[in-house]
Amino acid sequence: MMKKLEALVAIAVLGAWVRAQPPPQQQPPAQPPPTTQQPTEIETTIRGEGGAPPRLAVPDFIAITKDKESVDTARTIGQVLWDDLNFEREFSFIPRDVIATVPAATSFNDVPFDRWRELNADGLIVGTVEKTGNGFKVDMRLYNVRTRQMAYGREYTGSNARLFAHTMSDEIHQTQRALRGVARTKLTFASDRDGERMTGTVEKRETKEIYIADYDGENQRRVTVGRTLNITPRWSPDGRSIAYTSYRRGPPQVFISNIFQGTLEEATKGERVGQNWLPAWSPDGQRICFGSTRDGGSSQLYVINRDGSALRRLTNDKWVSTTPTWSPSGNQIAFVSDRTGSPQIYVINADGVGAPQRISTSESYADKPAWSPPPFNEISYTARTGPGNDIKVIDMPTRVVRQLTFGEGTNESPTWAANGRHLAFMSTRSGKSQIFTIARDGKNLKQITKTGNNQQPDWSR
Amino acid sequence: MKRMAKLLAVMSLLAAIGCHKNVPPVARPTPPPPAPTTNPAARPPSPPEPVAEPTIVPPEPVREDAIASASLDDLNRNSPLKPVFFALDSDELTSDGQKSLDNNAALLKRYSTWAVTIEGHCDERGTAEYNLALGERRAVAARAYLVSLGVPADRLRTVSYGKEFPFDPGHDESAYSKNRRAHFVVTAK
Repeated sequence: MMKKLEALVAIAVLGAWVRAQPPPQQQPPAQPPPTTQQPTEIETTIRGEGGAPPRLAVPDFIAITKDKESVDTARTIGQVLWDDLNFEREFSFIPRDVIATVPAATSFNDVPFDRWRELNADGLIVGTVEKTGNGFKVDMRLYNVRTRQMAYGREYTGSNARLFAHTMSDEIHQTQRALRGVARTKLTFASDRDGERMTGTVEKRETKEIYIADYDGENQRRVTVGRTLNITPRWSPDGRSIAYTSYRRGPPQVFISNIFQGTLEEATKGERVGQNWLPAWSPDGQRICFGSTRDGGSSQLYVINRDGSALRRLTNDKWVSTTPTWSPSGNQIAFVSDRTGSPQIYVINADGVGAPQRISTSESYADKPAWSPPPFNEISYTARTGPGNDIKVIDMPTRVVRQLTFGEGTNESPTWAANGRHLAFMSTRSGKSQIFTIARDGKNLKQITKTGNNQQPDWSR
Repeated sequence: MKRMAKLLAVMSLLAAIGCHKNVPPVARPTPPPPAPTTNPAARPPSPPEPVAEPTIVPPEPVREDAIASASLDDLNRNSPLKPVFFALDSDELTSDGQKSLDNNAALLKRYSTWAVTIEGHCDERGTAEYNLALGERRAVAARAYLVSLGVPADRLRTVSYGKEFPFDPGHDESAYSKNRRAHFVVTAK
């Protein structure tokens, strides 16, 4: 999926090739040959000393062409790559102020390996940026500082500096740490930042629109122009569509926005279909589970094909059943029922067969389950913990509960990153409702949005 | 409809014995004590008070010709249809709520061409997701009561806005009590 996104954001990795081989022979003689040159035993993984995380140096990239755009791009790539790599905490880093004391290389031929070695760097990333016809050619090499050999390298073409860095980061995590990075994933959320007033009401009400952003909060862009209440967006597994709840027809309905085609589908429509909300994609992207009052009474769960066909009712009782999320296998659905008098989290089989199994047993109020991707098997949720709510996580095999937020503002609507190592959620800790990301251990809190009120984040696969 | 009648019967029985379905949230030390509020709807179900409340509102001293001739917007800006307020996490009608609905039912019978949307709203303490369903239950509770009083069901639509459109943007019980409501909007007359 990320490949598609990549293409769509117009990076074309044209002449890219992996060069986990010794550098080509056209090295000028000025370059002292690596002392331990044994081409048959190239280390392609940078290791830290004594089992410590590898220590990396990530200086700014080298602008081969000297125009301002090239220079800016070179600097941005280095800085964003640093942040991307730092996000997963798989490496330690030579601090930026220390990096500034090392003479900058002007090409791959004058890299001061001795200085980096003195600073105890295990790995060094060197990159060049060269302006081409309508973009840049970027060459990135990850060196083993001890052997001065390249562990990983690749050439990229494109025009988006941040996307160059995100792509490099994901590839470095994949090749060096066997980790699926999330630097190219995206967030979606609802926001009232446009301050547009709802029409058709005498009350002072502001519209909410669906937004997307890079995982680090950059490139925030509006994707709906409903001029109405649009909430609870969810990425399709392929990252090409967003399903959400929209009041554009009056009562809430589930819409699907195909964001790269600019087309809109109505997953629920027609007369007498009640209110429909909180769409959740099946892992294969073929079906959507949602809450609906279409048969009268309280919200119940239904499953529908993404084209609106094959509607099937999943729950059938007088209580509220709402806020579904699929298990990664697609075999089960976690949802919220208030059959005991308060909202609590339950799991049912995705075919609706069998009795729901209660998952939250120690909460006075629990909502918005989000099932983690593998390798974890956890459900995060919102729990009422005081005057406000906090984010908690329950490990499904052991049912052990841990808490990620502790009463700073109210905290709601958790969603997992594709690798299960991070969550995004809404918090009022800084005043208005804003989107934050946090590592799965509760560290590295980061505020993603700052304008208006923002709510109900969902993190792309 | 039978189910609705049954529901209503159960609800009035519950109200009569002063019972309450929803267990209040576990006591927590941090929240300020539910300060003496002027809004009875905010309290946990009060035992039937023998004291006659002076709030038996005469159906709004608005001139009826004014109601009949007002534009929809003017009508909704100064609506003769009373909102109904609810307790935290609850969709049960209080006795005050029923009084408001009695008033509304009388008006809706008098102005028999009005079509009305009943909006369900919640305060910000509940979660955004569950509040969609809770708001709907509040709107449905108000609608069912009106229907039981003889207002034709097809004139009454419901929509839930959860906690998306609070009437009072404050963060205290005074605001919360105004935001837990079924709100009436005349959509056609």
